[in-house]
Amino acid sequence: MNFDLGPYGVYIWPAYGVSAVALIGITLWSVIGWTKARAALAKLEQK
Amino acid sequence: MNWLFRYANPHNFMRLSNVLLPITAVATALCLGVGLYLGFTVPPDYQQGSTVLLLFIHVPADVAAEAAYGAIAICSLLSLVWRHPLSDIAGRAAAPFGAVFTALGLITGALWGKPMWGTYWVWDARLTSFLLLLFLFFGYMALWNAIEDEVRAARAAAILALVGVVNIPIIKFSVDWWSTLHQGESIVSGKIAPVYLAPLLIMMLGYILLFVSLWMLRIRTVILERRARTLMQRSAA
Amino acid sequence: MSPFFTLLARDIKLAARSGGSAFLALSFFALVATLVPLGVGADLRLLARVGGGVLWVGAVLAALLSLDRLFQGDFEDGSLDLIALSPLPLELTALAKMLAHWLSTGAALTLLSPLLALLFNLPPAATLTLFLSLLLGTPAVSAVGAIGASLTLSLKRGGLILPLIILPLLSPAVIFGAGAVSLTLDRLASGGALGLLAAFSAGAVLLSPFAAAASVRLNLGG
Repeated sequence: MNFDLGPYGVYIWPAYGVSAVALIGITLWSVIGWTKARAALAKLEQK
Repeated sequence: MNWLFRYANPHNFMRLSNVLLPITAVATALCLGVGLYLGFTVPPDYQQGSTVLLLFIHVPADVAAEAAYGAIAICSLLSLVWRHPLSDIAGRAAAPFGAVFTALGLITGALWGKPMWGTYWVWDARLTSFLLLLFLFFGYMALWNAIEDEVRAARAAAILALVGVVNIPIIKFSVDWWSTLHQGESIVSGKIAPVYLAPLLIMMLGYILLFVSLWMLRIRTVILERRARTLMQRSAA
Repeated sequence: MSPFFTLLARDIKLAARSGGSAFLALSFFALVATLVPLGVGADLRLLARVGGGVLWVGAVLAALLSLDRLFQGDFEDGSLDLIALSPLPLELTALAKMLAHWLSTGAALTLLSPLLALLFNLPPAATLTLFLSLLLGTPAVSAVGAIGASLTLSLKRGGLILPLIILPLLSPAVIFGAGAVSLTLDRLASGGALGLLAAFSAGAVLLSPFAAAASVRLNLGG
């Protein structure tokens, strides 16, 4: 693997960084939403 | 069409997606992992140098954004013609992901533009039509959120999405026409050397699988939320 | 008089009375044309260069001002229910409203445009192209706008969301319209651009009554 990107690294790393943050962000948002909804429903069904 | 309606039933969708979701999630992780590994081992392009690495995240984001709009369009058609509630949920669920992918396409495109063209933003046909696509996603989501009655909101948003689908090719054509008129710089040549093709295709597949997985999870979440709401209304009554 | 023309005449009368939307749209259009030179400077060559685009954007925004009321007023006071019950199909109702909106804004803006082109130092040939392009293109603004207006007619603050919905859809009209003026400035043939603009307009006017009627129907609870 080659991580030495030369002079263009200043553009490439931020692009990968932003993409990673955004994709991980929407994944976390979806997973958290799912766990919350499941917990809320389980609580209601217990009653 | 019958097979489609069977899975359009929320209960069946929950069962189906319960099986599918782990598969697509693992496949997403595999594709993104392998794609990144291959991407960082290819030799730098003789013309573009290491910026070819941006290709592997820019193009997949664009493809995933288009897939998301396509998904919304199909759901809108299903919801208007057959009035199926699951397609209402599905259309709305796809929009935020589509907007994020479109924004990523724009940001990575701008960061690609700086070393290639010397400026972050170029009014290149591709970037311009993606900027307009971002506004289409925003309009769709805003309309959904603005109308309180869910059934009406769903149908209004569906009409808007279908009008958008008719218009997208026209927008693309007009933006292409416009960029030749103003002699904008053309995007780097369309030919891609075969060494770059494999990581690019795998990353594309990874992005699309990620979209499909998140989309299914979001639909499942909304179904649960609605179930909870009905339970609450029933116990309140 | 047939119900179509009754409705058309009524809507035009409402728009044309003093303080009506036609006057507001024309004033807004003229104000944009006044403010832009104040913003970018008085260089006449620069103004001629950007004039076509600025006037096109100004015309689209001016036509948008009164759009949110296209169905909303009639929806709130209940007359839309009565209109929907009349023998006139909703598609034709939408077409009549669209036509009234175009005559009171788009057509009026088109007539005013040569005067504003003067302020931007546009040469006569480019002024003529601007006039023709607005004549051909503003019907699309009213048509696409009617779809947006019908989708937001039940919203109290529909006027805020309306531009977000329809402006991206109208980008081809701005591109072809202002492009035709640019071509004329460069002494090139603008017929192709005007043809594309006319095709876009025709498509919009043909399709939008159906989309607008469908969304009016869903808002009336049908």
